[in-house]
Amino acid sequence: MEQLLNILAELHPDVDFKTEEQLIDNKILDSFDIVTLVAEIDAEFDVAIPAEELVPENFNSAKALYALIERLMEE
Amino acid sequence: MLTNVLEYLEQTAPRLPDKIAFANEEMGLSFQEVSQQARAIGSFLHGQGLYKKPVVVFMKKHPKTIVAFLGTIYSGCYYVPLDEEMPRHRIELIFQTLQPEAMICDDTTAALAQEFDFGGKVYLYDAICQTPVDDQALAMIRSKQIDTDPIYIVFTSGSTGIPKGVMACHRSVLDYIEHLSEVLRFDEDTVFGNQTPLYFDACLKEIYPTLKFGATTYIVPKQLFMFPIKLVEFLNQFKINTVCWVVSALTMISSFRTFEKVIPEHLRTIAFASEVFPIKQFHLWKAALPNARFINLYGPTEVTGICCYYEVDREFSLEESLPIGRPFKNTDIILLDENDKEPAPGEQGEICVRGTSLTLGYYRNPEKTNEAFVQNPLNDMYPELIYRTGDLGKYNERGELVFLSRKDFQIKHMGHRIELGEIEVIVNMHPDVSTACCLFDNEKKKIVLYYVGQVDSKDVATYIKEKLPRYMVPNVIRQLEQMPLTPNGKINRNLLKEQYAQNK
Repeated sequence: MEQLLNILAELHPDVDFKTEEQLIDNKILDSFDIVTLVAEIDAEFDVAIPAEELVPENFNSAKALYALIERLMEE
Repeated sequence: MLTNVLEYLEQTAPRLPDKIAFANEEMGLSFQEVSQQARAIGSFLHGQGLYKKPVVVFMKKHPKTIVAFLGTIYSGCYYVPLDEEMPRHRIELIFQTLQPEAMICDDTTAALAQEFDFGGKVYLYDAICQTPVDDQALAMIRSKQIDTDPIYIVFTSGSTGIPKGVMACHRSVLDYIEHLSEVLRFDEDTVFGNQTPLYFDACLKEIYPTLKFGATTYIVPKQLFMFPIKLVEFLNQFKINTVCWVVSALTMISSFRTFEKVIPEHLRTIAFASEVFPIKQFHLWKAALPNARFINLYGPTEVTGICCYYEVDREFSLEESLPIGRPFKNTDIILLDENDKEPAPGEQGEICVRGTSLTLGYYRNPEKTNEAFVQNPLNDMYPELIYRTGDLGKYNERGELVFLSRKDFQIKHMGHRIELGEIEVIVNMHPDVSTACCLFDNEKKKIVLYYVGQVDSKDVATYIKEKLPRYMVPNVIRQLEQMPLTPNGKINRNLLKEQYAQNK
């Protein structure tokens, strides 16, 4: 989780990703952020996020995103 | 000969009154409704005594926003679309140049508009579109119009920190739409999926051909450009067959291997602009849609949208790049070297544009206008303006124009044209920042900010977000003890670039 928070903090140092749960709905993340995040998660966790997992629910909070990474790592 | 863009609408509305012209996922406006509401708004603005004045259109991205543009033209004024998400600081900067007397809002923006430092009147779209149409007044306005009268101003990033307003007239838009339509083969069956914002000239590609041919434009919800499968499902749901998108919107789909799950089955024309299309991604598109036409478009806002095109007609290897091809009919490109002479064949030069496509210049900014719109240095016999794009290009061995790089610090990021200097000006305004320098990581397409000052990156990010549009906010912000300088005392950008490459 710490690794993921570091990636997110680099993208938006002004956002508290530990508490923010509306990253998509509040327009904090944009499409460039999503592309960057997916690339960095691939590099950091060796997890390729498939297109069907690119849905708002998986990106609305750091917690949800981390849960997705864990799920994909187990598969 | 057409002399007014509204003639497109006036020819189509009686022919296809009930066909949907502009729509989103929830609603649509027919040509009859577009015509009725645009003339109502034109009548209203006329009734307010507005003529040949800028009218700010400050509305969320919606079919009605387009009708507000057309209504403004009916009144003999010119529309100035503004991004409803742009921070107040930048909107007020634009207002200093524009000094607008009128603004059209919708119910989502009206409250916000009241907060601006703005001396003019705020009108609500839903109220003014009910105005009875004054046909006599509209005819009188039309009879005085000529095709070099302005129809819009769009604001683009300025290196000095002040956005520049590019102003275009009927003639250059008509010239553009006629030639673009011929190249892309639009017709009545064209169904556009609009991606580009309505506050730039890029959306001319959908708005005016829709009126000309009686086609239909669907505005694609912005949020879908984060979620590729949902995006393709939207294209399929509305049977969209034509897209004119920025490259990053297309590569977002292909890079996530979306095509393994779903294919945009109706797409037949894919035009793209603003950036270089990475060939690897292009191959994915070509493989998914082998029968579609792919057309690379090139052109700065200052020459009304697009001036060059290349339809992909051969295979490209990964190390090649797609050419920008050749100019539209009635537009000419000349290359000029550092001495304002034509370079030898195959050598690089600045891409300069000649033709009716030239816009009128920058609004209330003769100095910047005169720097970029200049007498053709190859012609000392009679007055002839060219526009200097600041882009460097050359002709390849097939005689196709190829884009090489920029002469200055302008970049393209997610399809947006940005002056790195404008970001630096803003960061330097922060009271605790002593120096700032912006770079562009061309490989990862990231805007990188280095700064020196007694403030952490979190506060710098917050400060920038209050002042600049979202797409101009740096993707990486790094604090430095001191800025590396050249022997001349300038910021050493090359050294910073090297440092960045080493510490990525």
